[in-house]
Amino acid sequence: MNFDDTPQEAAFRETARKWIEANAPKELHAELSKSSLGRIRLANRDIVDVGKAWQKKKFEGNWACLHWPREYGGRGATPIERVIWQQEEGVYGKLTQPFQIGEGMCGPTVMAFGSEDAKRRYLPKLASGEEIWCQLFSEPSAGSDVAGLRTRAEKKGDSWVVNGQKIWTSGAHYSDYGLLIARTDPNVPKHKGLTMFFLDMKSPGVEVRPIKQANGMQEFNEVYFTDVVIPDSQRLGAVGEGWSVSLTTLMNERMSIGARLATGVPEMFEFCSSLMLEDGLAIDDPAVRSKLATWAAKSNGLKYTSYRTISALSKGERPGPENSIGKLVSGMMLQDIATCAMDLQGAAGVLTGNDEETVQGQFQQMLLSSPSMRIAGGTDEILRNIIAERVLGLPGDIRVDKDVPYNKIPTKGR
Amino acid sequence: MNFDFSDDQKQLRDQARKFLSEKCPPKAVRVVLDGKAPYDKELWKGLAEMGFLGVAIPEEFGGAGAGHLELCVIAEEMGRANAPVPFSSTVYLAAEALLIAGSDAQKKKWLPAIAAGEAIGTLALFEGKGNPSPKNVKLTAANGVLNGVKKPVADGAIADFAVVAARTGSSGRESDISLFLVDLKAGGVEVKSLTNLDPTRGQAELTFKDAKAEPLGAAGEGWSILTQVLDRAAVLCAFEQVGGADRALEMGRDYALDRIAFGRQIGSFQAVKHMLADMYVSATLARSNSYYGAWALSTNAAELPEAAAAARISATQAFQHCAKNNIQVHGGMGFTWEFDCHMYYRRANAMALGLGSLSYWEDQLIDRMRKKNAA
Repeated sequence: MNFDDTPQEAAFRETARKWIEANAPKELHAELSKSSLGRIRLANRDIVDVGKAWQKKKFEGNWACLHWPREYGGRGATPIERVIWQQEEGVYGKLTQPFQIGEGMCGPTVMAFGSEDAKRRYLPKLASGEEIWCQLFSEPSAGSDVAGLRTRAEKKGDSWVVNGQKIWTSGAHYSDYGLLIARTDPNVPKHKGLTMFFLDMKSPGVEVRPIKQANGMQEFNEVYFTDVVIPDSQRLGAVGEGWSVSLTTLMNERMSIGARLATGVPEMFEFCSSLMLEDGLAIDDPAVRSKLATWAAKSNGLKYTSYRTISALSKGERPGPENSIGKLVSGMMLQDIATCAMDLQGAAGVLTGNDEETVQGQFQQMLLSSPSMRIAGGTDEILRNIIAERVLGLPGDIRVDKDVPYNKIPTKGR
Repeated sequence: MNFDFSDDQKQLRDQARKFLSEKCPPKAVRVVLDGKAPYDKELWKGLAEMGFLGVAIPEEFGGAGAGHLELCVIAEEMGRANAPVPFSSTVYLAAEALLIAGSDAQKKKWLPAIAAGEAIGTLALFEGKGNPSPKNVKLTAANGVLNGVKKPVADGAIADFAVVAARTGSSGRESDISLFLVDLKAGGVEVKSLTNLDPTRGQAELTFKDAKAEPLGAAGEGWSILTQVLDRAAVLCAFEQVGGADRALEMGRDYALDRIAFGRQIGSFQAVKHMLADMYVSATLARSNSYYGAWALSTNAAELPEAAAAARISATQAFQHCAKNNIQVHGGMGFTWEFDCHMYYRRANAMALGLGSLSYWEDQLIDRMRKKNAA
């Protein structure tokens, strides 16, 4: 049990710190510090442009995708070094948002299942931020039940022809490539007829339509495929093995979760420390204290849980389903914190503009955005099922469609 | 960074678990629960023989001199087994107070006896309602004797000695409080057992009438020593609570797999699965916070006060949550005396109060975070 850096870790930290000191876009520090909930609001700059510039600089300095092998654009760093980097990168890490799906999910899947040519062609450009990737899994009729997806890929010669629709694709509008799971055989049970591909998002027949979300923002998209041709060389894994390939993607998603999950606790602590109520500071109010302490303890618990995971990883253990707890806890906490902060603001809490009373509406934004944290990347309910079944060993749900050929599963309007 | 126990420490955990599963099965706990013995003397002797009582006591004072990480590992197993012995009073409170503030002679007198299982110690702090606070200490010390009443005192009826918080000044400051060591067998102390939530750990009222006492630590330093002792005990108790929470979760899980209703295992219903998943989440957060506390405790880090408060809050909530929902998963059977669920429910809720209640530690955490932010 040791939190101190080893001499090698300390040296690594020092190198990272010096490099960041010399290279980081310091003019953005204040704005980035104020951006919470993983949503960046820069006054005059586009997050993708700024992010790409920082990513490119990191890549040139050999600080991008640290844990990837050097030949694919990484640094070959240990899990602990990656954490040290994230600690040192601090608020500038928020600029990596456009690349997180590529780095955390698409890249590792290409690394595990792509040809050597594909790895050398695509991974370094993904690491440098030159090319952005998105993930095309969810569909209108396949959310939590993602294996029930309908998008079809049919073999024509050396290529596949794709027709269908994906939804909730973060960043599809600025992505260059997409990781796509599609149904290649509807005559077998649903998990068995899927295949994984990647495709050029500029391919003819790909249409990206932004979704206006409940919080008024547009971060997700619908993606339509009309006779989109994908060469067979862009298949990842065997035909019909798409489900197990997707599990690799999701496993890596868990690995990338942890250090950067927003909980809302630092924002709430600061807010309560400065908010004057009738009887004094909010933080001196026993009811506020009690909630704040519980949230702080939870947030610390999440942080140290991720440290335990990293320690396990550095001993060669694989990240397990137990890491599902990060998003489960932080999603609910964000929503509760936002509600509580607005309660303390009283009548003014209803305002969402740049008002002084509401600290520029940061908790209002948190309130409106937090439902997505409890849904995207596995709903709270799916995460609880994963914990119950795969960690605690409880029985799976009774699945009436499990052994039925996909095209015989009862459905609405297929 | 290596945020895990070492292989040796894990081996010690296995050893402690095996020992306790043999010597402290639920039916042994029930002997004390049913009032047939004040504590499990055989188990206490066994713990001494295994070296568990003195695991963090230096060798020069008769202990194993291993350290506090080792003690954390054992604490977790004690909590899992719901052990009906005065371990926390003696080892986390009395021995820690001696280690922090005791003179060489005091350490030589009591620590080897603790390690050998020959002396039970406790901390006499509370005087009725309320949480740890210098204001709540009314018992007085003057001319080498104590006068006043302490209540409740954990394991007070079976203790051989007590560390007693006493008022030695009236300035209204923390420096009014000093600590004393009292040999409870030397006369001047009336002991009355009190019925309490968790009969597997006794509570007592101690009335001091000109009881002879020797100072523990410097005069006026009592509260500062006590604060350190409570922080250290908070981490150690958190491990017991984590052990108890895990056991309650396991009991619930096992029952959900075993029990059939509506033609299915009840663990296949999402209402039950999700309840158990939430128990796992709180137990995991508590474990991680406790590991951080263990690190801070074992290295005497400046982070200890904050780490201890967070571990205490997290572990208290997790044990209460798991113990409560374990009964819920069991349904009606969980509400019988015959099933063991209530033993964990009792222990969880008694432990939630022992070192100061949840709201007290919530206050502490916020104060300590503010202090850090201000620095």
